[in-house]
Amino acid sequence: MELSDKLFYGLLAAGSLGALALCTLMGGAGGAAFALFAILVLAGSLLCIWERSVVRSAFCLIGTFGGTAGLFLLLGSDFLAMSQILIYVGGILALILFGVMLSPPDLTERKLPRVLSGLVAVGAGVAFVAAKVASTVNWVQAAELAEPEHATERIGVGFLAYDQYAIAFELAAIVLTVALVAAVYVARRRKIDLQDEGAQG
Amino acid sequence: MTPAHMLVQEAAPVTVGSGSNAFLEGLVATLGEYLPQWALWLGAAVTGVAIVMGLISLIAMFSVWLERKVAGHIQCRYGPMYVGWHGWLQSIADGVKLLLKEDMIPRDADRLLFMIAPALVLAAIVAAMAAYPLAPGVFFADLDLGVFFVIAMSSMTTIGVVMAGWASNSKWTVFGAMREAAQVVAYEIPLGVALLVPVMVAGTLNLREASELQSDWYGMGWFMFKNPFMLPAFVLYFIAALAETKRAPFDLPEAESELVAGFMTEYSGIRWSFFFMEEYAAMFLMSALAAVFFLGGFESPLTWAAGEFFGRELFVAGANGAKELNLQAIPYHAVAGLTLLIKTFAGIFLMMWLRWTLPRVRVDQVMTMGYKYLTPLALACALGAALWEAGKQALLG
Repeated sequence: MELSDKLFYGLLAAGSLGALALCTLMGGAGGAAFALFAILVLAGSLLCIWERSVVRSAFCLIGTFGGTAGLFLLLGSDFLAMSQILIYVGGILALILFGVMLSPPDLTERKLPRVLSGLVAVGAGVAFVAAKVASTVNWVQAAELAEPEHATERIGVGFLAYDQYAIAFELAAIVLTVALVAAVYVARRRKIDLQDEGAQG
Repeated sequence: MTPAHMLVQEAAPVTVGSGSNAFLEGLVATLGEYLPQWALWLGAAVTGVAIVMGLISLIAMFSVWLERKVAGHIQCRYGPMYVGWHGWLQSIADGVKLLLKEDMIPRDADRLLFMIAPALVLAAIVAAMAAYPLAPGVFFADLDLGVFFVIAMSSMTTIGVVMAGWASNSKWTVFGAMREAAQVVAYEIPLGVALLVPVMVAGTLNLREASELQSDWYGMGWFMFKNPFMLPAFVLYFIAALAETKRAPFDLPEAESELVAGFMTEYSGIRWSFFFMEEYAAMFLMSALAAVFFLGGFESPLTWAAGEFFGRELFVAGANGAKELNLQAIPYHAVAGLTLLIKTFAGIFLMMWLRWTLPRVRVDQVMTMGYKYLTPLALACALGAALWEAGKQALLG
């Protein structure tokens, strides 16, 4: 393990533990639960860009997606949390891995410009989110808000019962279908291509 | 309270009574003075996980014995015979052997991922198992998203299998992992759409509620008999479930005649047994879902009779409004739980029967079947069932 690796993992572990302790002291059990999932999300993303092996990077996304699902759970959106796991961890991540395992291994040196650009990207992301949160959240009002209710309990099958979402839902379905059919059309090998290959080989 | 109560609801221990977490309430009532609430929650969650793990081990041990017996009798031999009566202790002997075996990690493997993968697979299936209802009034977690939760959690095992295959750093395992990823992505769609048919008829994703809805017709009002599109949906679901659980004829990720043992070639000892436990627990869960959503769940004429005779409510309002255990209803819950268990194991038996009867299909045949036949058929089934239900509502009001 190189020095930079040791430094990075050490900082990450220390930061995670510190954040966990801080949130637990401030928010009790709820704070600890939030800290756990937030750390999963952040550490997963940071590890994803730090790891040199592409496959390892992809596996780090489990933490990011799972942590996001946990945050949805804490907000009372059970359905969204389960969708997050089913679609992102079960489907998209499997596809990413499928693609990544077919790509050649990339074990190049971690060069300074790359590290710098990575740091700039992370910093810009954090700054954007912080600015957005600071400008939109009304902390005084938020403190007085009631606990979130289990409003999504029945959303599973009753999704289409709400009239205002039906058209948007159908439109999304059509867009996805068109994209899928187009992808298959682009990716498919026509009979002529196959015959050509056969003639060459 | 803090939002953590939702966490606890997801990972609660054995819950008794409908709707509320009586176990946790009782715990808070008795120990609340001495311990902080978060400690009680943590303790309750750990207890629940421990019970689910025990249940999974039991299921795996019994299923392995059953599988070997079924295989033996199908091939005109006896299977295990020496350890205990008809070899019923064989699985325990095997378990001890697996615990004592050397745990090997290949030199060129990715050590960290190699060690995480079996744990990830087992953790996902333990989480999924929490949705299994033991009896109408006894369950680990009474989730409104029941079946959705199970599907989501068992889809996570795929990642563990891919991780195991890649981390082992061997050509057999990588082939196995690739096949697993491709196969699961292909079959998750027909599986979900076929399950959508009974969910649509039931109007709920909750396993307990879905079972309750089938209690009419003297316990024979199974969804299977309530809609003509249910039978094809059941067949499609069963085929897709076979592919999801990597069972023959779709056991390509571990095809032993071509890939040694597929994604788990490099694993040995207790880590290897984790993959086995996952396979049998996944079979159990898929069969349980089939039993609940197609074959009546807890309901059968016997369950109905027991319910009429003994009463159904496990909890009744006591003298001062507190819930009291209704001892009379216990036989009904026992019969109901056993009914579901028997239906589930009937499904497992069918899976084993198919495994020892059918030859393995080729990779391209698996893909063709998933994408070209099962998916459109499942969609047609869902559409037909929806039209049937809509027509029924329009005609009968």
